[in-house]
Order: sequence, then C-alpha cells, then structure tokens
Amino acid sequence: MSTMRSLSFDAIIIGGGGAGLRAALELAKSGKKTAVLSKVFPTRSHTVSAQGGITCAIASADPDDDWRWHMYDTVKGGDYIADQDASEYMCSEGPKAVFELEHMGLPFSRFDNGRIYQRPFGGQSKDFGKGGQAARTCAAADRTGHALLHTLYQNNLKNNTTFLNEWYAVDLVKNASGDVVGCIAMDIESGEVVHVKSKATVMATGGAGRIYASTTNALINSGDGIGMALRAGFPMQDMEMWQFPPTGIYGAGTLVTEGCRGEGGYLVNKDGERFMERYAPNAKDLAGRDVVARSMVMEILEGRGCGEKGDHVFLKLDHLGEEVLGKRLPGIVELSKTFAHVDPAKEPIPVVPTCHYMMGGIPTNVHGQAIMQDAEGHDHIVNGLYACGEAACVSVHGANRLGGNSLLDLVVFGRAAGMFIEGALNEGIDYLEASESDVASAMKRITRWNESESGETVPDLKRDLQDIMQTSFGVFREEENMVAGVKRLEELRERIANAYLPDKSNTFNTARVEALELDNLMEVAEATAIAALERKESRGAHSRYDYPDRDDVNWLKHSLYFPAEKRLGKRDVNFAPKTVDMFEPKVRTY
Amino acid sequence: MSKLQVSLYRYNPETDAAPYMQEFQVDTHGRDLMVLDVLHLAKEQDNGLAFRRSCREGVCGSDGMNMNGKNGLACITPLSEVIKGNKLTLRPLPGLPVIRDLVVDMGLFYQQYERIQPYLQNDEPAPAIERLQSPEERDKLDGLYECILCACCSTSCPSFWWNPEKFVGPAGLLQSYRFLADSRDTATRDRLADLEDPFSVFRCRGIMNCVAVCPKGLNPTRAIGKIREMLLADAT
Repeated sequence: MSTMRSLSFDAIIIGGGGAGLRAALELAKSGKKTAVLSKVFPTRSHTVSAQGGITCAIASADPDDDWRWHMYDTVKGGDYIADQDASEYMCSEGPKAVFELEHMGLPFSRFDNGRIYQRPFGGQSKDFGKGGQAARTCAAADRTGHALLHTLYQNNLKNNTTFLNEWYAVDLVKNASGDVVGCIAMDIESGEVVHVKSKATVMATGGAGRIYASTTNALINSGDGIGMALRAGFPMQDMEMWQFPPTGIYGAGTLVTEGCRGEGGYLVNKDGERFMERYAPNAKDLAGRDVVARSMVMEILEGRGCGEKGDHVFLKLDHLGEEVLGKRLPGIVELSKTFAHVDPAKEPIPVVPTCHYMMGGIPTNVHGQAIMQDAEGHDHIVNGLYACGEAACVSVHGANRLGGNSLLDLVVFGRAAGMFIEGALNEGIDYLEASESDVASAMKRITRWNESESGETVPDLKRDLQDIMQTSFGVFREEENMVAGVKRLEELRERIANAYLPDKSNTFNTARVEALELDNLMEVAEATAIAALERKESRGAHSRYDYPDRDDVNWLKHSLYFPAEKRLGKRDVNFAPKTVDMFEPKVRTY
Repeated sequence: MSKLQVSLYRYNPETDAAPYMQEFQVDTHGRDLMVLDVLHLAKEQDNGLAFRRSCREGVCGSDGMNMNGKNGLACITPLSEVIKGNKLTLRPLPGLPVIRDLVVDMGLFYQQYERIQPYLQNDEPAPAIERLQSPEERDKLDGLYECILCACCSTSCPSFWWNPEKFVGPAGLLQSYRFLADSRDTATRDRLADLEDPFSVFRCRGIMNCVAVCPKGLNPTRAIGKIREMLLADAT
C-alpha cells in the first residue's frame, strides 16, 4: 500500500468522449491542473459513432426557429419527466455551444447560403407542436459524432490538456466525510495502480449498452462511472429508462441513423406497407423513437415482420437516389454494405429495435454536481463528484431521448461542468485528505480479482448477464418475467463475486480490464432491473404489458435507486424553468 | 466442418524472450465472420490474448492490424476478403514497437499527427453565429476529415518505416491538407513553412500503399500531391 504512487490534480475527468473532452477543454483554458483519464485513446470513445447530428435551434434551416420549440419537443419527447430547468438550459445555451464547435473547426455540412446544414429528425416540431415538422439537427453528413469528437480532441491538443490515455479508473476514493477526493486508476500499458487525488472528479464515462445482448453500443460501453458511483453508495436516477431506437441493423446491431428517415426514408412491413402511417398519422416515421420502436415490435408480433423468421422490418431508402445517399448518408451506405450485405440504393435495409442509450444515470444539477437524497427526501450535493454526458441524468431526456439531443447534452453540460468547476476551484476547495483505510477500501475490488484462484471466468458470466437483460428487460416488460430476471441477477452477483481472473500479468492485460468492467455491468444491470420492476406504469421507453398506461398520479417522478438497500425511491421532476412557462403534462401523440 | 487455422503473433514482455506465432483452431460454423469475431473466439481459448477494439463498426480506428499480409480494420474485414487456403495470419501493425501481442505503441504515429497542428487556426474574431462556408468550399474537406487515426496507412508506408521521426507519414499529411484546404483556416503560410524540408513531405515516394490499405477509402497520396503543389507554388 505504502508503495503506491499518487498523482494530484485540481480536476480529473474520467472518460475522453464528447462530454469529457468538452469539460476538459474548458478547464484546460482556465489553466487549472486538469487531466483526462480514458481507458481508450480519446478518439476511440463511443461519441465517434454518433451519426445523424446535433439538434439545436441555430435558426439556419428556418430563420424563425426558436429554442423554446426545441425545449417543448424535448420535454414532450421525455414523456414529461425531463427536468424543465435543465431542458431550458440545454436548449437555450445550445446555439452558443454549437457555434463554438464550428469555430473550433467542426466540418459541418452546409446550405447554399453557407450556414450549417440542418435535417429533420424524429419528434421535432415548430410552434410548440402546432407548426408541423421542423428541421433542427445540425449535421456533418452522417458522421457528426466523429467530426465532433475529433474536433474536441484537436482543440484539447491546442490547449495542452494532460491526457492519461489507456488508463482505467477502478473505484472512487471517499474521505471520512463522504466527499469524493479522487480515484484508484490503473495504467493499462504497465499495469501500475495509482492513487489519483483530485478536488473535482468528473464522471464522463458514457453509457452501458453492453448489459444487453443486442446493442448498438461499442464494446467499451460498460457503465464504468455508474458502477463506481453505485459501489461508493450514491443513488442512480431513472435507470429503467433505456432507449431501443428503431433502426439497428438486423443481426449486427450497428445503428443506422434516424437521419435516414429525416432525409425521407421510411419503414415497411412484409406487405410493403408504410405502417407508421397507422400508428402516428401526423409524424409517421418521425414520431418519437419509443413510439416507432413499439410500432415495429407490434408489426412483428402480429405476423407482419420481414424475412424468414418474420422478426424484423425494412428501412426503405432506394427512392432517395444514389446522389442524396452519397452526399447525406455516405456512412450508412458503407455500414449497410458491410453489415447487412445490402446496397441501400437498390434494396431496403433489414432493421430491428436495438438497445442504444441510457436515459438514466448519476443525478446532477445543470452544473454537473452529483446529487444524493437524505432520509427526508431532500436533495444534497455530493462534494467533489460531478457527472456529464450519458453517465449523467441531469435530466434532459426523461423517459425517452430525442434524436440529436445526446450530442447537444454532451457539449452543453460538459461545458457547464467545466465552467462551474473552474469557479469552485477559484473560490477554493478544501476537503479532508483520504486516509490509508479510505484508499484501501477503494482497492478492494481489484485486489479480489488479482487474488482469485479459481472459479467461473468473465466471458461466460458476461453472456449470462446479457441474456438475462435481453430476456427480461427489453422493449416490452411485465412483472413475472422481471421478477425472474431480478432473481437470476441476484444469483449472478454471487457468481461474479467468486469469479476468476486466470491472467495475472501486468502488461496491457485486457482480461483484467474486462473483469473490472463486468463488475460495472453487474451494477448497472441490477439498478436497471429493480427500477424497471418497481415503476408500475408505462412511460416513454419503459413499456409494461401489465401496466400499459402512464400514471401521472403516482409516477410523474424520477425514480431513484439506492444501492445499499437495493430500494427504489422517488424524486420530484423540475417543473420550474426560469424564463418560460412550464409545459403541462399532456397525452403524448405524434 | 473444418476449423479455421488462425496463426497469431504473440509476445508478452513479462514472460516471452522473443515473439512467436501461435496456432489456434477456430470454429466459425461456416459463417463469414469478421476478423474481430475470430479474435474474440480465440480469446475465449486464451484469455491472455491482447488486442484493442472498441466500436466494432469501422469508425473508432482501434483494431488496425496486419491480416494475411495486408493492413486493415479487423471489425469490418470479413474472412472472405482476406482468407488464403483456410488460413488467417494476424500480426500487429508493422513498423511500430509491440507492447503485447497485437497491441503496438502508437506514440510515434500520434507525435506526427500532433506535429502538423491538427486544429483550425483563424486569427480573426469569431462572429456571433457560425463562420460561413459555401457547400463547394466544404466539399473540399470530403475525403480528408473522415480519417479515424487507425494508422493502417502510415504503418504500411516504407518511407514511414524508414524515417518515422522525420517523415510525417500519410495520416499526418492527410490531416495537414485537411486544414490547408479549409476555407476557414488562416495559417496556410505557417503550416507550409513547417513542412518545408527534405523529409516531412518529400520523403513520400508515391508508393501508394496508404491508398491501397485505407479502410475508409481515403487517398493520402493525392493530399500529399496537393501539399507539394502548394509548397512549390509558395517557393516561386
């Protein structure tokens, strides 16, 4: 223990995706001693896979566009449990954040007048739902996430940010008062384990889609930040809310962007019928993602699915013509050819709803400060802990995220967290140092794996976990199946606690990283399962056969999962935006 | 069903005096798997096998490696594209130091990327909205900005093998031209001045291995040609 090296920073940002890099950029410019700690080289982060764009009322496609319309869509899209103060902040600050990205060099596609190209996406409207379809998603062809992530990395290089690339954060270190004062991290290349001390620790660790067997998510999306925060005893918010968007490539799981439908593509069943006209007569294929996904599953369940097994539907794009596809959706053409063996200019793409995005996460305020709740149900700030991006639940996505809002979330709240931390550091932060036993308790988990001598191995356990989640907590849910799933997860937790890491070597030991990731998948899976079982209603992405209706009397609330007791509590949704009237919950139709 | 013969480059500096090739038999069940899937199956046989991977859809650039003699991304390369006589040989990207198995030290590659100042430079105050750029000006960035830094090109380039400290290499030069070609960038003169020596650009011998291997279908040789033209025009 005494031989362990320590590093000290003003702020440590865990995760080098869009949110982490945007927060880091703000802090690097301020001259604070900041480091980004990322388990992959930053441009390998999952933000790179975002395709369609970043939704924001920059008033390019429509000079009269208004951020309040975007806020309305966001709140409605989230089925009214998106916090209205946070949605207001994101939609109103958004244009500033997007123009900054452009000034940094992001190669946005353009309209003839030289302004940023915007395309229609699902759930977008003008004039608070009364003015028809809006085109509000700013795009760099269909590689917007790639362009955004590289631009942010480049600007961090320009501003001399310190990077700890290919380092893996293992667990948070808390002092005697319960403040977060750093983390334990491993340099993957050497295997050295280091105590990283920090006045501010930012969780920008992204999503955890790998809890499901079928997911669009990168292999690295194991919910490391969620796992660390849960093990440290902090609550998670809205973890039952997982987005299964309509167009994962059948069999492969890779996503094709909603921008396909924004550009004029549409879904058909085995009879060639454009079935969304029945489910959403106005918005059709551009209804909310949860609505379209459920409609697809209904088509499949009622025997109108495509293919030999009738277990998917088709996305038709050929009528758009090769030129539009080549110009606006070149990446989709590539992906379809590679993973579906289909040229979308000639044939439709087989698609199926696939796990994609975690709406829940570490509850935060708009400054990225993590929040916990006391026994009386009052909110408190967790000293030293921040979160932004997919790992956070601020909440702007509520029960269902709108397409193009995730990239906006990353840059707006990454930036906000960076600015707030700079201010807090200027005012002075003085927490108790971690004691030797505080550090030792953060070392427990990695020590257990390193000392394991026999037992089941990681790949089998991971497969079981993904099977449980896919079987019991997918697009449609119901009590009996979920109770069985929760029980299987309890048994799995015991098995994982006794699992075995055969390879104990130090140099670039990816097996050790995967073992540590498995613990995090387990934490995320259990939080998801218990929250899904307890929320007895259907709202947004959470659809139950046994409780098919939205229940605003009991569940117009955030869920809050407490890991110590494995208990689900509730937290009030914010209905008090600062500059506009709040949007009253209404029945959600498209 | 006969199993696929997979020959893998192995090296763990803690236990191996020298690298060696290890043979695996992988059951593909007759499917045309991606090379990355085959690696995952091999890793189930030997947990210690090390390779990088992330997005598994060809956009993050983690799993560049040498497959039956040609560089590419394991995740978007189907077996049918590379296999020779039911045998797959996987080696790390050539020319960079090996950390372990298929994992190479990318340090030199990233240094050359950073050297070309890979970020937009513009001295003029930014407007309240975006800087305007016509679709024609923006079109000039197509084929350049899509680079994923996988290093397949630079590590297949003999000039980079020979002078990795002095020759920027195809990936770095492609990015250099991405900023030279951007109507919003005002640092053209400084960028060119930084490249004006016998090595940085002019070590490119037009071998075009970079073009042959780029998994994104980009053309670094063409970009290098454009930089040469700009350097020569600047000199006259």
